[in-house]
Amino acid sequence: MTPAPSPTPSATWAERLAPRRWLGPVTLLGPAGVWLLVLLVLPTLLILEISLVPGLRLGQPSGGYGLGNYLQILQPVYLRVIGRSVGFAVGSTLLCLLLGFPVAYWLALMSPQRWRNLLLVAFILPLWTSSLLRAYAWTTILRPSGVFNTLLATVGLPAQNWLNTSTAVFIGLTYSFLPYMVLILYASLEKLDTRLLEAAADLGANPRQCFWKVTVPQTLPGIAAASLLVFISTLSDFVVPTLLGGASSMNISRLIYNQFLGPTRAWGFGSALSMVLILAVSLAIALLLRYGDRNTVTEA
Amino acid sequence: MSSRPVTWPSLFTALMYAFMYFPIIVLGVYSFNDSRYSAGWGGFSLRWYRALFSDRRLLSALQDSLTIATVAVAISAVLGTLMAIGLARHRFWGKGLYRGMSYLPLIVPDIAIAVATLVFLASVAVPLSLGTIIAAHMVFCLAYIAVVVSSRLQHLDPNLEEAALDLGATHTQALLRVLLPQLAPGILAGCLLAFVLSMDDLLISSFTAGGGANPLPIEIFSRVRTGVKPDINALSVVLILGSALLAGMAEYVRYWGDRSRQKI
Repeated sequence: MTPAPSPTPSATWAERLAPRRWLGPVTLLGPAGVWLLVLLVLPTLLILEISLVPGLRLGQPSGGYGLGNYLQILQPVYLRVIGRSVGFAVGSTLLCLLLGFPVAYWLALMSPQRWRNLLLVAFILPLWTSSLLRAYAWTTILRPSGVFNTLLATVGLPAQNWLNTSTAVFIGLTYSFLPYMVLILYASLEKLDTRLLEAAADLGANPRQCFWKVTVPQTLPGIAAASLLVFISTLSDFVVPTLLGGASSMNISRLIYNQFLGPTRAWGFGSALSMVLILAVSLAIALLLRYGDRNTVTEA
Repeated sequence: MSSRPVTWPSLFTALMYAFMYFPIIVLGVYSFNDSRYSAGWGGFSLRWYRALFSDRRLLSALQDSLTIATVAVAISAVLGTLMAIGLARHRFWGKGLYRGMSYLPLIVPDIAIAVATLVFLASVAVPLSLGTIIAAHMVFCLAYIAVVVSSRLQHLDPNLEEAALDLGATHTQALLRVLLPQLAPGILAGCLLAFVLSMDDLLISSFTAGGGANPLPIEIFSRVRTGVKPDINALSVVLILGSALLAGMAEYVRYWGDRSRQKI
């Protein structure tokens, strides 16, 4: 920012600055703006540029711009990784919705009023604990000799080997993002006009009809918002697929991680993958803004 | 209300609460398990807690994480609050663009932020250290604080500030004496959220740490990947208790904020 003009001795700081209308906004918005510009916007433009340098590796000279890195993504092996990432995201979003909706419904409409806030906080409390340690806890549970198989053995069921499979990734992702789903659905269900439910019941609708014809249509924007948010988060999650999924569960975040911190150091290709991920997320956000209930998201 | 019959939604919800707390309880129970291989119960023991508190590497990682989170949150609290006030109080050309930029850290995936920061730091040849982690953490910390403060600002009565100005306060005085005290619960809640996110961050730290620092999530991640170490269970319990305390504080602050708002 420009330095203040040379001070006249008599004027106080406030008097000198008061007439300058631009100074308020600049002091308020300048520092954070500069920070975000330099450490977020500029770097993102930089990876866009680097993604256009084919075959760029750290410490090696490269020649000219081109779409080589993006063409590399089209190889079947990488398309499979992207497909798997989307599969994980879609599957765990549906699981979260299926498990989360009844919980949010009960919390918003059926739980005792006095305890409602406390019950909601109790449900999302695990979000405050380390995501890394929660994923690690599931490795303890799902290991061949873990808690889950001990439980199965006591009821006489055959042991399952779920660790390092897609099943473990689905469990881990659903577990990690269920609280977000419940939180956003709760905010949406809380605003439900219950008089409409009563009216529907008075007019002879059975509970099932009430639910599908009154509750669901009213909460559809909330459902869309919650689902897209969970989809975005699960699409790019790193910790759960790495700790629970094993070698066969490579997803886009792990692939990007390997390009930068792994032995290949293929920064150009990694940047192109990042740009594809950013594009996918932007697309989901655009859908959210179009169909979702924005207020529900910001309030939650 | 108390005589309501047990319905299937309430049963299902109870099951989901069990699902949410099951892994945490497992960690807690195994942290007291004497057996090295946590499958069977080898008797009650505090040996993993003793191991934890004599593990220099783990403690120094914790110290790194606390330093990063504290410094990043402290600076972000100021910048994020100023940004929230600026966005609420001023109209200017390009405001939509600025607001969009302020939401970016919440939307862009961690891995992409991490990659971008690393590429940027490499291109300007800044050596990686504790400082670069703090700088990178500030990006998402200030965005989250700004969002929480903004939502509180929306519910405030703008008349109080105008009244202060009418009574002869300068803009700066009105900000410090009238607006900030009202915003305090929002700022505090935002700080607690940002603190927890910073303590939990693995990706952005991994990309900006270099060899200069070793925050806790990186240390935990490498230990968990190389093989299960039972003292991680003990560490989990300590950290979970710590974050439960922060969560409780955040909830209390919110409650206190709502109440003071009602009084006005």
